[in-house]
Amino acid sequence: MMLTVNGEARDAPAGTTVLALVALVAADPRGVAVAVDGEVVPKSTWGAVALRDGQAVEILKAVQGG
Amino acid sequence: MSALMNEALIGDDPLVIDGIALASRLILGTGGVPSLEVLEQALDASGTAMCTVSMRRATPGGAGSVYDVLAARGIRILPNTAGCRTAREAVLTATLAREALGTDWVKLEVIADDDTLLPDPLELLDAAEQLVAAGFRVLPYTNDDPVLARHLQRAGCVAVMPLGAPIGTGLGILNRHNIELIVAEATVPVILDAGLGTASDAALAMELGCDAVLLASAVTRAQHPARMAAAMRAGVIAGRLAYRAGRIPMRRHALASSPTTGLAEL
Repeated sequence: MMLTVNGEARDAPAGTTVLALVALVAADPRGVAVAVDGEVVPKSTWGAVALRDGQAVEILKAVQGG
Repeated sequence: MSALMNEALIGDDPLVIDGIALASRLILGTGGVPSLEVLEQALDASGTAMCTVSMRRATPGGAGSVYDVLAARGIRILPNTAGCRTAREAVLTATLAREALGTDWVKLEVIADDDTLLPDPLELLDAAEQLVAAGFRVLPYTNDDPVLARHLQRAGCVAVMPLGAPIGTGLGILNRHNIELIVAEATVPVILDAGLGTASDAALAMELGCDAVLLASAVTRAQHPARMAAAMRAGVIAGRLAYRAGRIPMRRHALASSPTTGLAEL
């Protein structure tokens, strides 16, 4: 299935969970948060939420700023 | 450090926001430093107890993080919504930050345009109301507008953070009269946020009665960030002590400090 991850098209196996995708994108899950199609996915549910074809995923982390 | 200096830092005079006491009245932004090492030196020199961070897209790899640097020092993390243009974006960013960092405190920034980086007052107030309703502790970056500050307080914000001058300009406090009006009316801490350039600007903010200052570029883009962090720390302490000391009134004519009686006939 195709996802849009942080603005870029990305192929992922069907049934990929948020948790699995985060592991690919962020080296360290601390300080990371995820939104799927504009909705925040609580960290406690990452392992249970399977992504679907065509979804847009934003994986954000705390960086220097402000 | 002397007792008076300690008192200015903590002692009987901590900065209290929403019931939480902070051991420094200098809040630092972490953006703009060339490396984490320089940031660490500046943090240590500043004595800060709270720092802002931003939420941005994660990338694979990269050793060390601002999160680790702050956590290792026990510095409270204040996520911001920098880069947001609308209330909708700011609310979503704040919600992501709460999820990522486990804090319901947020520095709310809703910016109108890239040239001025001035807050958009309508979107700002809208976002503040939504976030307060969602249980956030909102510290809004706002214009130096006493009326907007009043609205933000009424909306339930736990502090108001008026700018001294536009972000990154280093112009200092352009409208001290407005800052004094905001302070006079405030029932929550007033944090002078943005536009400061050097230590005397920070001291002036505190002398005007602000409860704290928040700055980034003035330290992180200084030629020697750690040295400027130390200067800002001293400036904040000096300004706070002066504010609490009760300065002499300004007068038009001189007033001798030496005795005016007992003068010799020469």
